[in-house]
Amino acid sequence: MKERLQDYIPKLVLSPSFFLILLFVYGFIAYTGYLSFTDSRILPSYNWVGFENYERLWKLPHWWRAITNLAIFGTLYIVICTVLGLLVAILLDQKIRAEGVLRPIYLYPMALSFIVTGTAWKWFLDPGIGIEHTMHQWGWESFAFDWIKDRRMAIYTVVIAAVWQSSGFVMAMFLAGLRGVDPDIIKAAQIDGASTFTTYRRIIIPLMRPVFLSAFVVLAHLAIKAYDLVIALTGGGPGQATELPATFMYSYTFTRNLMGIGASSAIIMMIMIFSIIIPYLYSELRAGARR
Amino acid sequence: MTTAATETPLAASRTPSTLAPNRLARALIYTALILFAVYYLLPLYVMLVNSLKPLGEIRQGDMLSLPLATTVEPWLKAWSTAQIGVQPTGLKPYFMNSILMVVPAVFISTVLGALNGYVLTKWTFRGAGVVFGVMLLACFIPFQIVLIPMARMLGLLGLAGTIPGLVLVHVVYGLGFTTLFFRNYYAAFPSELVRAAQIDGASFFQIFRRILLPSSGPIIVVTVIWQFTNIWNDFLFGASFAGVDSIPVTVALNNLVSSSTGVKEYNVHFAGAIMAALPTLIVYIVSGRYFVRGLMAGAVKG
Repeated sequence: MKERLQDYIPKLVLSPSFFLILLFVYGFIAYTGYLSFTDSRILPSYNWVGFENYERLWKLPHWWRAITNLAIFGTLYIVICTVLGLLVAILLDQKIRAEGVLRPIYLYPMALSFIVTGTAWKWFLDPGIGIEHTMHQWGWESFAFDWIKDRRMAIYTVVIAAVWQSSGFVMAMFLAGLRGVDPDIIKAAQIDGASTFTTYRRIIIPLMRPVFLSAFVVLAHLAIKAYDLVIALTGGGPGQATELPATFMYSYTFTRNLMGIGASSAIIMMIMIFSIIIPYLYSELRAGARR
Repeated sequence: MTTAATETPLAASRTPSTLAPNRLARALIYTALILFAVYYLLPLYVMLVNSLKPLGEIRQGDMLSLPLATTVEPWLKAWSTAQIGVQPTGLKPYFMNSILMVVPAVFISTVLGALNGYVLTKWTFRGAGVVFGVMLLACFIPFQIVLIPMARMLGLLGLAGTIPGLVLVHVVYGLGFTTLFFRNYYAAFPSELVRAAQIDGASFFQIFRRILLPSSGPIIVVTVIWQFTNIWNDFLFGASFAGVDSIPVTVALNNLVSSSTGVKEYNVHFAGAIMAALPTLIVYIVSGRYFVRGLMAGAVKG
């Protein structure tokens, strides 16, 4: 009898977590998926309307604004973080004496809440008191930097703040990658007469492929989920200028009381993330199993 | 993404090829690195110096100068008298809410993650891989997708608008990561020791307590820091599910900064922002090494 019980204990221990996740993640996804096919407004309704919400969603200029902004924000955020992260990592990998001091400085923004980051940049970029005001005080009267108030430019201020927050993390990923490169490969290249620049361009950077991939997945999924930063920095404004899918979903569901449309936008966000994450996790887990 | 990075400490020194053999190039590299450091430190500096200035000095002076008349008034105000919501309470009660939310949520999710990781590596069964995959994928969902059903579920459980409700939410959506951390760590732990103990008749929990737990120090630290940082910094769940008496500090800070009534007290906003950031900053400064390991081990920050 004791033997039998022992056999079940491991599964008993694991099962609460597993069933919590089944219910609260997958069950909830199914529920939201179902709501996206109903005419739910302020409260959930179970009245099936087919793809009506999706059709309406893709006709909304507001949603197109959010998707376009995500494309602009996501692309710039990923590209700049990657380039900056790689650049700083390479510079930091040159036997820098103060590395122990510099590295934590580059990385600390990652420990902050996006709300804090948003607050700091909101006032720093504010023309009334921030960088523009400061330049005027210093005598540069014609200096203008009012992107945060400008409908066409405001989305780029979200990029500035988000890059500040995440690029140090990408740097740390690349630095770990650089430290993992076999020194013999580099020595061999140098014996062959390759310049350091060429060694980086032709040998070391191509070796960083897995890091590029990880960084892309991390950053892409952070970009699609981006919510807090926009709320704290611009509140989605001016107008709808910095609206992203995450803020769109929230305002349609809870402020405008169009829950069916909110649910359909959440489903689209999930499809975007899963189409990036699932292939990645699948290949990682398979590689892990082979190891 | 998972184990390889963990095992390569950033501080390790292979001999890197030097991009720049001569002095001028090295000076340029140092200059660039210092400029980057200035860029990363600037917002923190701006918050700090301006949180110590009277309001008039911010409006008339510039943001980068040191305070002429240093004052701690904004800090006191942000902590105990600033108007957030209906009452002029400052951030203090919300800060307490965050602590009451974070401590149990971190504890429970870490314990469960440790046990799950133990089962998934040392007591594997048919389908364990699928179970892990299902839990892992759950780390990456956009939380927007669970907001509507979660609000209803908390209502059904009678936990709507309460701190225990927020604890539940954070435990559930943190489980995937805590399980991932412990699973990867225990996977490298010699299974022979576990098997030998089994033969000696040690029970499931005895093996965990006497054999695995004593050597789990590092991964516990990594997990606790990860969970603490994520839950403390959370905004979405707090904004969606907190009631009047359970609003966490991030949400309160946002209310303080974005409230449109009255004079905008930038110095109080900055002081409040630093206050809200302080717990995670301190954790980072004290144990940055483990913080980075968590980032790497998760490789994918949620």
